[in-house]
Amino acid sequence: MTSRLEFWQGNTACAEGALAAGCNFFGGYPITPSTEVAEHMAAKLPKKGGVFIQMEDEIASMASIIGASWTGARAMTATSGPGFSLMMENIGFAAMTETPCVVVNVQRGGPSTGQPTMSAQGDMMQVRFGSHGDYAIIALCPASVQEMYELTAKAFNLADKYRVPVFLMADETVGHMREKILVPDKVERVDRKPLAADALPFKADADLIPGFGQFGTGHHVHVTGLTHDERGYPATTNPKLHADLVKRLVDKIENARYDMADYDIINPDAHKVFVAYGGPVRTVQQVMHDRKDKDIGFLRIRTVWPFPEKALAAFKNAQAFFVPELNLGQMAREIERHVKVPVVSIPKLGGELHTPAELIAALEAKR
Amino acid sequence: MRNEIRFSGFGGQGIILSAVILGRAAVMYDNKFAVQTQVYGPEARGGASMSQVVIDDAEILYPKVANPDIYVIMSQEGFEKYGVGAPESAVMLVDSSLVHSRPKCRCIGIPATQEAKQTLKKDIVANIVMLGALVAATHIVSEESLKKAILDSVPKGTEDLNLKAMQLGLQLGKQP
Amino acid sequence: MSYEDWFRQDRLPHIYCAGCGNGTIINCTLAAVDEMGWKKEETIFVSGIGCSSRAPGYILTDSLHTTHGRALAFATGVKMANPDLHVVVFTGDGDLAAIGGNHFIHACRRNIDLTVVCMNNQIYGMTGGQGSPTTPKGCLSSTTPYGCTEIPFDLCELATAAGANYVSRWTSYHVKELEKAVKVGLETPGFSFIEALVQCPTAFGRRNKFRQVTDHVEYLKVHSLLKAKRDRMLEAGEKIPEDMYVVGELTKRSRPAMGVKP
Repeated sequence: MTSRLEFWQGNTACAEGALAAGCNFFGGYPITPSTEVAEHMAAKLPKKGGVFIQMEDEIASMASIIGASWTGARAMTATSGPGFSLMMENIGFAAMTETPCVVVNVQRGGPSTGQPTMSAQGDMMQVRFGSHGDYAIIALCPASVQEMYELTAKAFNLADKYRVPVFLMADETVGHMREKILVPDKVERVDRKPLAADALPFKADADLIPGFGQFGTGHHVHVTGLTHDERGYPATTNPKLHADLVKRLVDKIENARYDMADYDIINPDAHKVFVAYGGPVRTVQQVMHDRKDKDIGFLRIRTVWPFPEKALAAFKNAQAFFVPELNLGQMAREIERHVKVPVVSIPKLGGELHTPAELIAALEAKR
Repeated sequence: MRNEIRFSGFGGQGIILSAVILGRAAVMYDNKFAVQTQVYGPEARGGASMSQVVIDDAEILYPKVANPDIYVIMSQEGFEKYGVGAPESAVMLVDSSLVHSRPKCRCIGIPATQEAKQTLKKDIVANIVMLGALVAATHIVSEESLKKAILDSVPKGTEDLNLKAMQLGLQLGKQP
Repeated sequence: MSYEDWFRQDRLPHIYCAGCGNGTIINCTLAAVDEMGWKKEETIFVSGIGCSSRAPGYILTDSLHTTHGRALAFATGVKMANPDLHVVVFTGDGDLAAIGGNHFIHACRRNIDLTVVCMNNQIYGMTGGQGSPTTPKGCLSSTTPYGCTEIPFDLCELATAAGANYVSRWTSYHVKELEKAVKVGLETPGFSFIEALVQCPTAFGRRNKFRQVTDHVEYLKVHSLLKAKRDRMLEAGEKIPEDMYVVGELTKRSRPAMGVKP
């Protein structure tokens, strides 16, 4: 496969990755630092026969992509902190109705309006648990402009395969920086499994995923956010039916975590191990490069949810895990659940990446 | 070899575009690696704008500029905020028509805004004059690559003006 | 075919109370859809939350029963992604005008090619009778126990001001007129808004001295003022009584529209 060289901003690469994946519907609302994604889609989508629509708010943006998805569109929105909070109810709706869609969150400093132009990773738990009730989603974290492209394209395939909202959890650092990217001629495409002619629209197959009954194709599918039976009909007071449905929505993602897991294990015999995702990956890479120390390991994660906990066990000699994050230790707490050795959270607030010196200091402070 | 270049001026001077053009020249035409980043607040015009570029022969890991070795400063406020701390080992190009302070390090004064106004009748291209001077003084990218990156980045119909601005900068930046 | 052919027989009985006006409005809407000759596989019903919004669940087409207030935003996605589909939205006064008010005015402004049927029972029926943005002044609800003191919205004026191509209002008494209005709405490119005032014996009538279902329907009938008559009264300089509902075709125009089938 051939590719072409570009010098792109992360947000441009995200939009181009979506277009390469066949995204043909974008509903969004301007918000820093994600706006360039919408602007790029506004310029490009109409020329490719797709639809760009600027909605009245992020609630409507999320609603519009769900509606579009049911007509078979590959639909996406992009936002940041406050807009992400507004999307939460309809994200739960997408999870409950098993609607494939892609949501990009270029994270900025919160809470509230916070730091619109600065980088953060403060929404890592919100993306997993932010809507009410139990559910599961998939979240990917890019650490380069190249990955903004590749993981956005991949997000559409995962959304279609698992019928779930998939999140590209970028950060302002990666979203706004420009760097070298090799743009492939084409990207892999995995489409939705269609609903068989006589099948029930919400009866799952062995993979726990039902076939997709696209609107306008004669299936007469009723889609509701209420607890529903395999026909899609509301059945809100049957305790077992509700428990089985919610369990399946969670299991179809959690059980498949190693089918979609995407991570790198570097120096598995090391005693001290960094774990990072998104922007902080770059600082860890710098430390690894500068130190050239086989006793420093690195677990670099791209699929943050569902969390690939087995990857931690690959570091058999690990005496401590070091987790630099642009938040107060959100994923460090998740990692703590899975290991018996100490987990050293290296939080950083304020909007800037950790410096290599800060990571080395944290490493050396733990003797 | 890693170089870290910091551009600063006031919003509207094209500070960020300058950094993008430089990074583009390095990546697209000089077969190097580059990362461009920026610091910005709520102002679209005015204020002190700052953008930085890392250029390296090898892949760039840590993307942020920690210790710039090259400065391009186009406003007094930009100097005070982003230039005054330059170490003695650095080199700084200042727009001498707008910046009256001078750093501890080696400093090259380029009357970019004044020359752009007088010679080209358009002070809007002062940033391109500075880019030309930067390349003449430091050879951080090749002249040919800079030219191509400028042509990629400027609005249609302004190519000639911008190339003249680059040539002017190349003359002004030539070091004895 | 008749409107009855559009129902999912396997979902009956429905959840509506005895005497509820919503069934009347659903029948009128389906009769109008049926007259259009549309196929079930090309017709989509979308709704939000509330009694009215349960309607799509009883209809044998693809349908999207969404979150509270957001039906129009979902419907916008469906229609813009596939303009070949006919999209009809069922909503209520709380869903459309309170939590969904912003989506309502923007859907009107875009003049997107949807037909919206609002069952206005002037109360939150499903949650047990709380005041809504259309509860008339002085009326009792569980959240206006001393009488509603806020001024209600005129949904049709709102739709007209915001840009809808077609706006009409009738009541559950005016079944023939309502069916015809919905049909004109379905035929009109752009945003069509049909408000149907309905009785809610359980949550509204019970608290507001409508002992019998027919008392409330009778009230709606006698408090309906035909637009033509209203216009004559205005011309004659007469005052329009505050407790009257202007019914009829209130707006019909052809502003540029979005999402119209090519």
